Amino acid sequence: MDAPPLFRMDGVGKRYGGVRALENATLEVQAGRIHAILGENGAGKSTLIKIMAGVVAPDSGRMTLAGREVAFASPAAAIKAGIVCIFQELSLVPDLTVAENIVVDDPPRRFGLIDGAKQRRLAEAALARAGAADIHPLALVKDLPLSRRQMVEIAKALGRNPKILILDEATSALTAADVTKVFGVLKALRADGLALLYISHRMHEIAELADECTVFRNGQNVTTYKSGTKTDNEVVELMIGREYSHVFPPKPAATSSDVPAALEVRKLGWTDRLNDISFSVKPGEVVGLGGLDGQGQRELLLALFGVLRGCRGEVRIDGKPAAIASPSAAKSDRFGIALIPEDRKTEGLMLAMSVRDNLCFASLDRISRRGVIDRETEQRLVEEMIDLLGIKAADTAMPVGTLSGGNQQKVVIAKWLMRRPRIIILNDPTRGIDVGTKQEIYQLLRKLADAGAAIVFYSTDYDELIGCCDRVLVLYDGAIKRELAGSGLTEHALIASALDIGDGKGGQRLGVSP
Amino acid sequence: MKDWRYWVARQRGTLLAAGIFVAMFILYASRHPAGFSANVVQTAANKGVLLAFVAMAQALVVITSGIDLSVGMIFILTNCLASWIAFGSVMQTALGVAAVLLAGLACGTINGLIVIYGRLQPIVATIASGAVFFGIALALRPQPGGQVNPDLADALTGRVFGVVPASILVLLAVVLAVWVPFSRSLTGRAAYAAGSSEIAAYMSGLPIQRAKFVAYMLAGLLSAIGGLFLTFFTYTGEAAFASGNTYTLYSIAAVVLGGVSLYGGSGSAIGAIFGALAFRTIGDLLFVFDFDPLWQPLFQGMVLLLAVSLSSIGLLQVRNRLEWFG
Amino acid sequence: MTDTTPVSSRGLGRLLAAVDPAVATSFVCILGLLLVSSFYSANFLSPEYLLQQLKVASFLGIIATGMMLVILLGQIDLSVPWSVAVGGMMSCALAAHGTAGQVFAIPFGVLCGALIGAVNGVGVAYLRIPSMIVTLATNAVAQGLMVVYTGGFSPQDSASAAMRYLATGFLIRGLPNAVVVWALIGAAAVFALTRTVLGRVVYGIGNRERAAYLSGIDTRRTVMIAFAISGALGAFGGVLLAGYASKAAQSMGDAYLLPAIAAVVLGGTSILGGKGSYLGTVAGVILITLLQSILSVLQIPEFGRQIIYGAVIIAMLLLYGRGAKQRQ
Repeated sequence: MDAPPLFRMDGVGKRYGGVRALENATLEVQAGRIHAILGENGAGKSTLIKIMAGVVAPDSGRMTLAGREVAFASPAAAIKAGIVCIFQELSLVPDLTVAENIVVDDPPRRFGLIDGAKQRRLAEAALARAGAADIHPLALVKDLPLSRRQMVEIAKALGRNPKILILDEATSALTAADVTKVFGVLKALRADGLALLYISHRMHEIAELADECTVFRNGQNVTTYKSGTKTDNEVVELMIGREYSHVFPPKPAATSSDVPAALEVRKLGWTDRLNDISFSVKPGEVVGLGGLDGQGQRELLLALFGVLRGCRGEVRIDGKPAAIASPSAAKSDRFGIALIPEDRKTEGLMLAMSVRDNLCFASLDRISRRGVIDRETEQRLVEEMIDLLGIKAADTAMPVGTLSGGNQQKVVIAKWLMRRPRIIILNDPTRGIDVGTKQEIYQLLRKLADAGAAIVFYSTDYDELIGCCDRVLVLYDGAIKRELAGSGLTEHALIASALDIGDGKGGQRLGVSP
Repeated sequence: MKDWRYWVARQRGTLLAAGIFVAMFILYASRHPAGFSANVVQTAANKGVLLAFVAMAQALVVITSGIDLSVGMIFILTNCLASWIAFGSVMQTALGVAAVLLAGLACGTINGLIVIYGRLQPIVATIASGAVFFGIALALRPQPGGQVNPDLADALTGRVFGVVPASILVLLAVVLAVWVPFSRSLTGRAAYAAGSSEIAAYMSGLPIQRAKFVAYMLAGLLSAIGGLFLTFFTYTGEAAFASGNTYTLYSIAAVVLGGVSLYGGSGSAIGAIFGALAFRTIGDLLFVFDFDPLWQPLFQGMVLLLAVSLSSIGLLQVRNRLEWFG
Repeated sequence: MTDTTPVSSRGLGRLLAAVDPAVATSFVCILGLLLVSSFYSANFLSPEYLLQQLKVASFLGIIATGMMLVILLGQIDLSVPWSVAVGGMMSCALAAHGTAGQVFAIPFGVLCGALIGAVNGVGVAYLRIPSMIVTLATNAVAQGLMVVYTGGFSPQDSASAAMRYLATGFLIRGLPNAVVVWALIGAAAVFALTRTVLGRVVYGIGNRERAAYLSGIDTRRTVMIAFAISGALGAFGGVLLAGYASKAAQSMGDAYLLPAIAAVVLGGTSILGGKGSYLGTVAGVILITLLQSILSVLQIPEFGRQIIYGAVIIAMLLLYGRGAKQRQ
């Protein structure tokens, strides 16, 4: 590169207990350029950002900003130095208003007290700059939907006049229209001389935005290259460090139609989030749910598992009408439904409890007699599941929070497979999982379907939907807009249906992909 | 036009508490043989203000998602201390009052140190510090006794312009001098943020440690003002364990009735004041409706139980059961 | 991943890892207290004194068992003072009604406590009211009911013979019955927590109730049962206390709330829930009982006792009860 870097990181290392998150990491960031960072989960990207933003302290190494060596004792220090980060876990305070959040660490003051009117004006300016002028500055953040909150987060970052802006998966919650607006804002900032660091899994976004890319693997900087000089496959291979081929197991031919449906849904509705949904799933089928984020997919899965109250319509299991009143009813032998939930850390696992306790938690009735736990049965089932899923855990008595993300997700899946469920529902099961474990999960799903389970599978990853599912139901506004199967199941068709437009008629290119 | 709607939505708890208190008081005054007279208002105000100060103290801490189970004991401690030093000449009394307030501040500081910088869980830490404070109170006054400057006591528990209770004016002054600057300052905002989402507050670079520490300090100060007022009422200092306990527990009730969320992040000390006044008025209502005073504790308990059950009705209507869990 | 460490060191390693530092510290402190007080008088180490302390500790121990269960859930039970009093008063009240009354006195007292606990449970589990406020309210209601029942006077009824025997008798020569009762309840608690579904679910709820719910557990029912048990145990403690004093007293439960919470927390149970062992609670109970007794024997005036009591708890917590630092 021609000009000296605005920011440089050399030999930075960080350990968490026995895990090396970063080792001898280096990074160079230039002003007026967008620098993308890629890598699997666990590659060190999050830790890298947290060190730059002052959230955690590095164990070794140095950082230089504009030629001077810097060390940040806290996020406030980093912000003062001009490094602002938009995190994946939002940093907005739910009970404060939008305006209060935007100016949160340095509100305008008059006679020592906060000046409400000036605060509001500053907030409105920041919102306009971020392309989110429709958000009312006095609204409480907790009352806003996720996509609006992300826009507030971006406005807040811009309000701090950063020299370096870091975006960590910042567009994952946004609607397509917002993504376009944000890209425009980012390009304008680049023209203004800002340095932007962009972490994302979405190749299309990176292709559109980035000037150069860096790949991280196992806590180290593997390579830096100019954007567009490597194919997607090459990049993925750099990320996982091995040959990358044929992710998805082969799909069987279409099943014969005299087998009765395991799960049948008729005109299912719930508040205004689900409208008149009807579909059926046969044993052995993998049915996918597609569409943009937030069109009701999550609610549909929760409804099938008995979490939602006041559902209209009818659900039939094995042909018989079923009133599923709660998760404990859903998992009972009568219905045999299992749900792998959206967030494994807060919904799927008890992180401080042992691997063994977590594995057995949905099957306590199966390993106990009259309320007392039978240790032999417990041990047998635990070993069975660890073998079946290849869970890498040195000692099952260790807390499950010490396992890697992929292994944690395997524990969640194993927890349910212990019950041999007939109907398996999965809510974005491979989000934030390394590529290797993803492949294992795809193989597992096909195996389970072949053994007779009916699988309903929501994913935000189009390639996954195309590769794993026999059929895909595309949801829009809480209703099924289209069903795609066989040769009709293509990325183009998925995107077109997701936007609720006809085939091939001016579909907007979305930033979603592997 | 929409702006005031947002404001109302945010202050809902406080407005509701105020409304409930006003309704209860009107009912009480209308049934009272002396009617809506200055005397009636003064007596009610004097009783209610004691709990109001302690409730304000608790509200400050609860907003940061902490809890202070020693506020009742600071109240008692400062009462005993005041009975020793808050009298004599004007100069002596003034110094005495200042010393008492400083003592409350010191107690709050101790709480702040062990909870924030010692990183101990507030429930247990403040139970323990409460025991220490009570011990000091007992050392000061093993038997009830002492005195206080009678002129000051009469003035602050009497009426101004013959109508307005002085205690209410003092309450107002304290709100203006302590609560308003706190809630409008960066520290106050950090306090709310810490209670709402500590992670978000930390990532946003807010001074959460300082905010929580100040909350505990001010809680000590406010409890001390309450203790001073108790001395002005009773003219004595008494290390009554049961009373201290009661004030602590009632302060939590007042805070809840006042619309402050026990989880932190929302509500205001003004709501807690109305909650305290409303809670106190329950006993008065019973008296005025000729209920056997024997039934008063039961009624206070039932009203509390009913009030908290009702405020949870919203949660019952929830359509997505996952919202039950934090 | 294969485990290649030799078997013997694996076992020792696991044993050391399993010993909770909080529990160990508590036991060390107990020994330390006894040692220091023995300099004042050798009587502090005599079997009579130690057994007497164990007997007194039994009452707190039974009450703390219930409190531990609730704290493990991540909740708190502030209705202990009047659950204890209700247990004592109601059992004595029934004992005054002839032989049938005498027989059913103890179960009746316990049942009243369980009822209070059930109301708490319904409020916390089904109405989703924070436990601090619900138990506060039920405590006030229970107090109100007892005030009305006794007409404002102290209760006059005597304890039944069975109650007195349980609290002061000696089934085994030299071993007070109260200690035996505590031991039995403790054994049941350990069994429940480590070997039953209920115990597993309690830890799960304390760790993350959302995940427990989504695992198909009926978390609400478990929470309610736990509160009911806590109320029952509190009342049973009150029954024994009434048996010890031969009658109930107005504020008999007030002195047990804070020590119960302190004992559970000093024993290493996290106030946030999901972590803790019963052995720790036992240690905490003994520690607090010893501390109160030694302070009393040394004739330290009440105010000094309060201050030392509070300061010791804070000191112990500073040793091992501290939270994590914000920045790692």
